[in-house]
Amino acid sequence: MLLSLAIWIPIAAGLVVLAAGGDARAPLQRWIALAGAVLGFLVTLPLYTGFDARDAGFQFVEQIVWIERFNIHYHLGVDGISLLFVLLNSFITVLVVVAGWSVVESRVGQYNAAFLILSGLLNGVFSALDGVLFYVFFEATLIPMFIIIGVWGGPNRVYAALKFFLYTLAGSLPMLIALLYLYNKSGGSFAILDWHRLPLALTAQILLFFGFLFAFAVKVPMWPVHTWLPDAHTEAPTGGSVVLAAILLKLGAYGFVRFSLPILPDASKELAWLMIALSLVAVAYIGLVALVQTDMKKLIAYSSISHMGFVTLGFFVFNPYGVEGGLVQMISHGFVSAALFLCVGVLYDRMHTRMIADYGGVVNTMPKFAALMMLFAMANAGLPATSGFVGEFMVIMGAMQANFWLALVAATTLIWGAAYTLWMYKRVIFGAVANERVAALQDLNARELLILGLLAAAVLFMGVYPLPFTEVMHASVSELLRHLSVSKL
Amino acid sequence: MSWTAAADHLPALPEVLLLVGACVLMIADARSADRRLGYWIAQATLAACFLATLWVLDVSDGRKYYIFSDLFVADTLSHLLKATCYMAVSAALVYSRQYLLDRNLLRGEFISLLLFSLLGMMVLISANSFITVYLGLELMSLCLYALVALNRESAQATEAAMKYFVLGALSSGLLLYGMSMIYGATGTLTIPEVASRIGPLAKNVADQDFLVFGLVFVVAGVAFKIGVVPFHMWIPDVYHGAPTPVTLVIGSGPKIAAFAMAMRLLVNALPALAADWQQMLALLALLSIALGNITAIAQSNLKRMLAYSAIANMGFLLLGLLSGVVEGNTLNREQAYSAALFYIITYAIMTVGAFGMLLLLSRAGFECERLEDMRGLNRRSPWYAGMMMILMLSLAGLPPTVGFYAKLVVLSAAVDAGWIWLAVAAVILSVVGAFYYLRIVKLMYFDEPVDTAPVSGAFGARVLLSANGLAVLAFGIFPGSLMGLCYLAIATL
Repeated sequence: MLLSLAIWIPIAAGLVVLAAGGDARAPLQRWIALAGAVLGFLVTLPLYTGFDARDAGFQFVEQIVWIERFNIHYHLGVDGISLLFVLLNSFITVLVVVAGWSVVESRVGQYNAAFLILSGLLNGVFSALDGVLFYVFFEATLIPMFIIIGVWGGPNRVYAALKFFLYTLAGSLPMLIALLYLYNKSGGSFAILDWHRLPLALTAQILLFFGFLFAFAVKVPMWPVHTWLPDAHTEAPTGGSVVLAAILLKLGAYGFVRFSLPILPDASKELAWLMIALSLVAVAYIGLVALVQTDMKKLIAYSSISHMGFVTLGFFVFNPYGVEGGLVQMISHGFVSAALFLCVGVLYDRMHTRMIADYGGVVNTMPKFAALMMLFAMANAGLPATSGFVGEFMVIMGAMQANFWLALVAATTLIWGAAYTLWMYKRVIFGAVANERVAALQDLNARELLILGLLAAAVLFMGVYPLPFTEVMHASVSELLRHLSVSKL
Repeated sequence: MSWTAAADHLPALPEVLLLVGACVLMIADARSADRRLGYWIAQATLAACFLATLWVLDVSDGRKYYIFSDLFVADTLSHLLKATCYMAVSAALVYSRQYLLDRNLLRGEFISLLLFSLLGMMVLISANSFITVYLGLELMSLCLYALVALNRESAQATEAAMKYFVLGALSSGLLLYGMSMIYGATGTLTIPEVASRIGPLAKNVADQDFLVFGLVFVVAGVAFKIGVVPFHMWIPDVYHGAPTPVTLVIGSGPKIAAFAMAMRLLVNALPALAADWQQMLALLALLSIALGNITAIAQSNLKRMLAYSAIANMGFLLLGLLSGVVEGNTLNREQAYSAALFYIITYAIMTVGAFGMLLLLSRAGFECERLEDMRGLNRRSPWYAGMMMILMLSLAGLPPTVGFYAKLVVLSAAVDAGWIWLAVAAVILSVVGAFYYLRIVKLMYFDEPVDTAPVSGAFGARVLLSANGLAVLAFGIFPGSLMGLCYLAIATL
C-alpha cells in the first residue's frame, strides 16, 4: 500500500493543483503542491524504517491483475537496490517545489503539477516489477519533462525539449520489442522476476542486451549518446535540471541492474568490455570536455555524464564494491548535482546569465552562498568526508579488484573532477568583484538557505557515515551477484 | 411470410431500423422547414440501432446467425464493429452540428447520406458473400463521394470528390476482378464455402497460381479502402478537401468497415492463402508506416497531417492482420486478429476526437485546419489543450494512453509470429512519427497564441470532446475490458 501511496499521492496532488485554476490562484497552488510533495515524502519514510535489510527479496509487494488478457499485473515492490531511489526522488520533489516558490511566476499551477506528476511516475519506475508497468512509467515520465523544458525553459527550449523527447523515445522503443520478446519466450509472462529465471541462448541474450542498452544508455547517458543532456540541462528551468540530473539519469543505470544484469548475465559478461570501455570514455574524455565549458550548467551537465560513467563502470566489474559503489554514487550524485544546479539557479535568478565569464568575486557579496557552494564543489570533486568520495572510492576499489589499469584510468576522474569543478568555482566565486551586477548581489534568502542547507546536511552525513545507505543494499547486491555468477545458457 | 420467418431475421434488426430511420428522415425533411428535426431523428435512429445491436448481442450469446440465404452473417465481431460505427457517426453529428449550422450545411441530404453510408458500412461488416461485400462497399462509398462534394461552392471539395470517386471506382473494379477470379476457381460466392473449397485447391500448383493472381487484386482493393501505401494517394486530398465533418466520418467509420472487409475477405474466405497475403500486407505495412510518418512531418495543414497519420496507423493495423498464421499454424490467430480489432476501435476513438477538436475550434468564417491554429491553445483553454495533448500522444502511441496498448498488442502479435524485423522497423519509424504529434503539443504549450479568443463551441460538443479525451486516457489505464471484448469477438469468429 505504501508504494501505491508514494506513486499516487503526488499524482493526485498534481491533479488537484491543476484543478485549482489559473495564475490568479498561484499562492494556493503553491501550498497545495508543497503539501502534496511533503506528504509524498512522508509516506516513503516508513519504507525505510520498515525495510528488512537482511532480506534480499522484494518487500512491500503489491500485486493485482491489471490486464488479464496479457497477464499484465500491477506489481510493485522494492528491494535494497530500488528503495533508496524512491526516497531520494520524493525528497528532491519537495526541494524542487520550494525552489520554484517565488521564481516561477507564470503558469504556476501547471509547473508544480508537472513536477508532482513526474515524481509519482518516477516512483512507479523504481518500484514496478512488471515489464509493461515499468515501460508505461518509464515512457510517461517523458511527457511532464518535455513540458517542463519546453514551457519554462531558456531561449532554445523547443529544440532542447524535442531533442530530449525524441532521443529517449528512440532509445526506449527497442526496449519495448525486447520486453515483448521476453514475454513470448517466457510463455506469456511480463513479470521481471520470471524473466530473471528464464534460460536464454547467447545470441538472444546479446540481441536483448542491445535492445535494453539503447534505452538505458540514452538515459544514463553514456558516451556517445549523451548529446541530448547538455542541451536539456542548459535550457531546462532550475527545477527541471535538478530532477533531470538527480533522478531521471538514474533510471538508465537502474535499468541495467534491474534488467540487463540479472536477465542477461551471460551477455553482460560477454559485453562487459564494451560497457567498461564506454564508461571509461565517459569518465576521462567527458571530464576533459567539462573542463572547457564556459556555461556553468553545461559544465555540470558534462560532469554528470562523467560521474554516471563511474556508475556504469562499477556495475560491469561484477563485484560487491563495484555494484554497491555504483549505487552509492548514484545517490550521492543525486544530492550533489541537485545542489549544484540549485546553486546555479540561485545565481541565475539574480543575474540572468549562466556564463562563467560574467561572474567573479561572488564571495564578496554572497558569503553564505559561497560557503555552501564550496561544499558541493568539493563533493563533486570527490573530497573525503563528502558523499562524492564514498561512491567513487568504492568503485575504484572494485575496479582495482578487476584490473589495475582499469582502476588507474577511472581514478583520473579525481583529477579531472577536481580540475573542472574547482576551476569553475574559483572563476565564479573568488577574485575581485567582476562587475556592478555582481557587486549588487543579495546573499541567500531563508528559502534558498533551507534547501541548500538540507542538501549540505545530506552530503556531509552520507560522506561521514554512509552505513545507513549501504547496509540496506548488501543483501540485494550479493543476491544479484550470486545470480549473475550462474550461467543461463 | 410467416411470423417465425420474420423472427429468424431479427439479427438484422439494426439494419432494418436504420433503413426505416433514414427513410423517415427523408420524408420529414421534405415536409418540415426545421433543420434541427433531421438531426434529432438521426440521433434517435442511431440510439435505437445501438440498443438493437446490444439486444441482438445479448440474445445471440456468442452464436453466429447466417440469414438472407447465407448472404448476411451476424456474429460478435459484427456487433462490436457496428456499435463502434454508430458511436462514431453519432459523435460526428454532435461535433459538427454547430459547424454545419454556421455554414448552412446542416441539411437533410447531409444527414440522410450519412445514414445511408452507415447502412453500407453495416452491410459490409456483416457480409457473408462476395456480393454482399460489394453491395455494402458501394453503398458506403457512393454516399461518401457525395458527402465530400457537399459544399458545392468549394472547388477544393469538388476536386477531392472527383478524385475520391475515380480512384474509388477503380479500386472497386480491382476488387471485383479479384473476386471474380476466386469465384472462377471455387465456384461459390459465399465466404465460408470459399474457405472450405479453397483449402484443397491451394495445394495444387496451377490452381494456386490462379488463386494468387486473384488474391493480388483483392488485396489491392482492400488496401485501397483501408488506405495504405501504395494505394493511399486519395487520402490526403480527400481529408484535406472534404468539409471537416465529412473528414471525421471518412477517418473513422469507413476504416472500421474496411477492416471488417479485410477480415471477411482475407481471414474468413482465404485462410488457405494466408502465407501469400501476409507477405503482401507486410510490404504494405512497412511502406505505410514509413511513408505516412515521414511525409506527415512536411505538412502544414492539420487535416493533411492527420491523413498521413492515418496512413501510418493503418500500417500498424496491418501488423496485427498479418500475424495470424505462422507457417500454416493458426495458434496465433486469436491474439493477432483481436490485436488488430483493438487497434481499429481505439484508432476510431482517437481520430474522432482529433477531428472533433478541429470542429470545436472552428467558428463561423474560420476554419481551424492549419498547424498555426493550434498555437498557444494552452493559454486559451488549458482543458482542451490537455485533451488534445492526450489525443496526440495516443496517436503517437505513448503511455499512459490507449494508443500505447494498441501498438503494444499489434507489436506483440508481430513478435510472436516471428516478424521481429518488421516490429523493429515499425517502432523506429514511429519515433519519426512522434515528432509531428509532439509538434502539435509544442505549438499548444510552448508558443504564444495568435488568436486569443476563448474556446467557445456548443455545449454538447464540449462535453463529448472531454469524454472522448478522457476515454482515451481511461482506456489507457484500464484497457483490459476492451481487450477482453475484442478477444471474445475473434474467438467466436
